[in-house]
Amino acid sequence: MAEPLLSLRGVQTHIGRYHILHGVEFDVAEGGLTMLLGRNGAGKTTTLRTIMGMWRAAAGEIRFDGRDITHLPTPDIARLGIAYVPESMAIFADLTVQENLVLAARSGPPDQKRLDWIFARFEALKRFWTLPAGLLSGGQKQMLAVARAIVEPRRLLLIDEPTKGLAPAIIANMIDAFRELKDGESTLLVVEQNFAFARQLGDSVAVMDDGRVAHQGGMAAFAADSALQQHLLGLGMGEHQ
Amino acid sequence: MKRDWLPLLLIPALMIGALPLIGSPASWVTLTVAGLAMGLMIFIMASGLTLTFGLMDVLNFGHGAFIAVGAFVAASVMLALAPWMTADSIWLNLAAIGPAVLAAMVVSGVLGLAFERVIVRPVYGQHLKQILVTTGGLIVAEQLLKVIWGPDQITLSRPTALRGAFLFGDVAIEKYRVLAVAVGLVVFAALALTLNRTRIGLLIRAGVENGEMVEALGYRIRRLFVGVFVVGSALAGLGGAMWGLYQETVTAAIGAQVAVLVFIVIIIGGLGSVGGCFVGALLVGLTANYIGFLAPKVALGSNILLMALVLLWRPQGLYPVAKR
Repeated sequence: MAEPLLSLRGVQTHIGRYHILHGVEFDVAEGGLTMLLGRNGAGKTTTLRTIMGMWRAAAGEIRFDGRDITHLPTPDIARLGIAYVPESMAIFADLTVQENLVLAARSGPPDQKRLDWIFARFEALKRFWTLPAGLLSGGQKQMLAVARAIVEPRRLLLIDEPTKGLAPAIIANMIDAFRELKDGESTLLVVEQNFAFARQLGDSVAVMDDGRVAHQGGMAAFAADSALQQHLLGLGMGEHQ
Repeated sequence: MKRDWLPLLLIPALMIGALPLIGSPASWVTLTVAGLAMGLMIFIMASGLTLTFGLMDVLNFGHGAFIAVGAFVAASVMLALAPWMTADSIWLNLAAIGPAVLAAMVVSGVLGLAFERVIVRPVYGQHLKQILVTTGGLIVAEQLLKVIWGPDQITLSRPTALRGAFLFGDVAIEKYRVLAVAVGLVVFAALALTLNRTRIGLLIRAGVENGEMVEALGYRIRRLFVGVFVVGSALAGLGGAMWGLYQETVTAAIGAQVAVLVFIVIIIGGLGSVGGCFVGALLVGLTANYIGFLAPKVALGSNILLMALVLLWRPQGLYPVAKR
């Protein structure tokens, strides 16, 4: 069996005096989309931030493409080809939309074909190209946050709740974009509360509960098992959106 | 792009408002130029400090040390080149001032690098410790200046070409103040161009807003911070050299004295904002000169009052920086 692109083994993370992750273990296979699900407070966001080195793992190991990245600084992790879209979006409000994307393109000016591809999905970014990003609506900021992660090809995208606050039409565009990305150049690990979105896109799923991964497997099997959903998430997928 | 012009309009509003109070247009012009010159010198010293706070949340109360060191180093070079300073040739005058200013910037910059490594780096993210340790650094630096240059003040004479004033009818404008305005505007333009037209500037602006996200994009913000810290220290050294010539005396306490104005300026402007720092510095310089003329007894408190009024209007300063 091929080695996973990303693997976490026994990862423990503390935030201040709180012990958040209690030995997280899961794999992300190359070339697909893994959904990281779980109730609020299960440790999903902490897991993504720990992978990025923004919160340090106190124990355990994180491997990316066969390399131990547990103790690498955040910029070095990003430079291995991992992009991160935080739940808060963290767009640079005083910078224009253009400047946000120029900054995210580390290797030089953004490729025009790539930009056209992004504009086709997130048209508002083209319209407000020279506007300070702080003046965008919540949904437009979310588009910008995602666009910033994909303005250049990256091997792994870590995306925290991409559909939060988005209109259905924009969610449909995002589904298209993620589908093309996973079928092409990138592997995605997505934290999501919108289970309809998760079911449509996910190839595999890891479900977290109380700082641990309680279940990992194929999305199709998980979507069909309402008892398991009820047990791990509190509600069946059918009851969501 | 939508810009907030309101704080910028405060400058002409203050100037126009002061005219009827001062009465004499000639005095008003003299005071206005003096205020702009003072403000721009403070801006030179404050610009680096506001960026270091914005980038890394570092409260550096030791910034005055770079100002003082710059003043002393420049004074030493100018005293060593005294014959050129007193020569009637503007070129010889400039040949003395140029190396003096350059030396002030280099020594302050190197001191800034050491200060960041030894004093600031161990206390990142700990505001109380930053205040204590950087204030301690300032005290140690002041005492070291006394050890090296002696406890007495150094008297400086401006070079021949910069003594006296330009006369336009009844209006007298000191030549040195014109130079200070010119240098201040050049520094502001250079900073504005760097921040708005270069990739480094883009990184600094983004880092001021959200350093963590800049790191997540793959940039090492710590290195950027060290660079900004060194440049800010060098600018403080430049400002110290200019302030020493402005006052025509240099003492070990010069840094601590000016640092009060520097902190008022960066608070008025909005911590982390170079544009706000520029506007704040001009307001402080103009207010100090107008009030010094109109009501000398309250001149000392005028800038504190200005800061209080600005913060009542905009609690985050004139141009608050969007923070994560």
